[in-house]
Amino acid sequence: MPFYVAPEQQMKDRADFARKGIARGRSVVVLHYADGILFVAENRSQALHKVSEIYDRIGFAAVGRYNEFENLRIAGIRHADLRGYSYDRRDVTGRGLANAYAQLLGTIFSSGGEKPYEVELVVAELGTRPADDQIYRLTYDGSVGDEEDFAVMGGSAETSAAVIREGWVAGLDLGSAVRLAVRGLASDGGPSVPARELGTDALEVAVLDRTRALPRKFRRIAGERLAALLADDGAPTGPGEPTPEPPAGTTGGGVAEKTLDEVPLPAPREGSSEHAGEHAGEDAGGSGDGS
Amino acid sequence: MTATRAHGSGAGLPAAFLRAGSSSFTEFVAEVSPEVLPGRRLAGTVPGPAATGSAGELSPHATTLIAASYDGGVLMAGDRRATMGNLIAQRDIEKVFPADEYSMIGFAGTAGIGIEMTGLFQVELEHYEKIEGAPLSLSGKANRLATMIRGNLGLALQGLAAVPLFAGWDEAEERGRIFSYDVTGGRYEEHQFYSVGSGSIFARGALKKLYRPDFDLGAAAVAVIQALYDAADDDSATGGPDLTRRIYPVILSASAAGVERIAEAQVAQLVEAVVAERMERPDGPRAPLR
Repeated sequence: MPFYVAPEQQMKDRADFARKGIARGRSVVVLHYADGILFVAENRSQALHKVSEIYDRIGFAAVGRYNEFENLRIAGIRHADLRGYSYDRRDVTGRGLANAYAQLLGTIFSSGGEKPYEVELVVAELGTRPADDQIYRLTYDGSVGDEEDFAVMGGSAETSAAVIREGWVAGLDLGSAVRLAVRGLASDGGPSVPARELGTDALEVAVLDRTRALPRKFRRIAGERLAALLADDGAPTGPGEPTPEPPAGTTGGGVAEKTLDEVPLPAPREGSSEHAGEHAGEDAGGSGDGS
Repeated sequence: MTATRAHGSGAGLPAAFLRAGSSSFTEFVAEVSPEVLPGRRLAGTVPGPAATGSAGELSPHATTLIAASYDGGVLMAGDRRATMGNLIAQRDIEKVFPADEYSMIGFAGTAGIGIEMTGLFQVELEHYEKIEGAPLSLSGKANRLATMIRGNLGLALQGLAAVPLFAGWDEAEERGRIFSYDVTGGRYEEHQFYSVGSGSIFARGALKKLYRPDFDLGAAAVAVIQALYDAADDDSATGGPDLTRRIYPVILSASAAGVERIAEAQVAQLVEAVVAERMERPDGPRAPLR
């Protein structure tokens, strides 16, 4: 005979279950910086990403159960690509995607049949102006929060968030923002425990960079570039420090413009007068004469 | 709820979006929303073979495209004309596009089909890259395009054919490569240079005499401008450089640095120099006899 479980208790049990699953992994930090939005995840795998590109100006970060958020990531890419293909690239918005995720997660959470997803997501979108940049944070039950300055999810999120809250100011340059996020991730043991050492191979870093000329603003930062950003621990540089950019993605119609080093203008041909008269008016222009 | 409304209203993510499937956008769309794919809307609405030709004449046609490899990359150029029967449908159409970071696509034939095929191909490559976390190989991209052309065969037989030219930088082999296609989806790798479209015979003939494999980008750009000029000279459907309206060929290059477009001001400079030379010698540069 089935026992009666009060709906409050049922929801609480499901929430506890999801929360526990999410807290088991390592954290992800998403924050605004001078030129856009920065994603930093502690992730020792080079193949299984926690941060990825959804669309031109939309990035995705997740913590929790890998197969579940990977499924959501692919669904998000399908949603965005189909919408952009059917209408226009500009009609794909972070708000629309966040709503779609919220409905899905909410429905699964409150339906008794399936187990709730053990995931927490961030959908971040670059606006046309810095003030329009958005970080939407979605939890396992489908609630959406619009984060002001930064978001930390997974692991000991609260402890890391406290460190980042102290150091965060508007208009951080990329290097300072990366170092702040890494400091937050490394201090997840709490103030009494010394910060862990996180090197480039333990980090997954990506940005939505407003200064990128191409339509696809998402790019990963790894290897030497990341090491340089982490190492540069001197005085904070001004906002918007320019950083060299590797070759960039161009799908979606945008394309970088190339300027030839030297325009190979044809030299006046030798012996053009030999053929004078072969074509009427050949000598009329006169520009190639006398060489 | 139909799939159309599901994506149209933006309400949530339908179950089909969460289903495990391939990394192909086209296959995904064929399942959830087939009506947005090129050709699907047209299939069955176009009169049969009896009316062949008339369907073709109703629609603008894009004309000549050239791809040529140079030392360190490959470039693709297209004239700017679209014709509809004996009329010029558009003077400044663009028919060469970046397909992704390292490859370029251009098309000749029915403009509507070509533009839609190009758009779908771009999304297909981007979609794969985002889902898999790594781009397709250059041969993989070329094969994917062949499949898409095969899908349009029905319409091609009814007079609405579009034939692409594909070229790009092969990161694994570190060289530029060129692929041509036929309407049935046959894929052929070309060496050195190739041209498709109505003026392609003349362009190829001209390039044959001018081409040298040790060209740098600038020299290769001049060679394709010469070849396009020759195509326009003998094919009424190919547009020559329009100096009065300042409409010049589009030239893209793909190299280890990715796909780049040669700045319009520089193309203008090159075109003007070529035209100035042709004032003197209308048939263009003379190749040595032996």
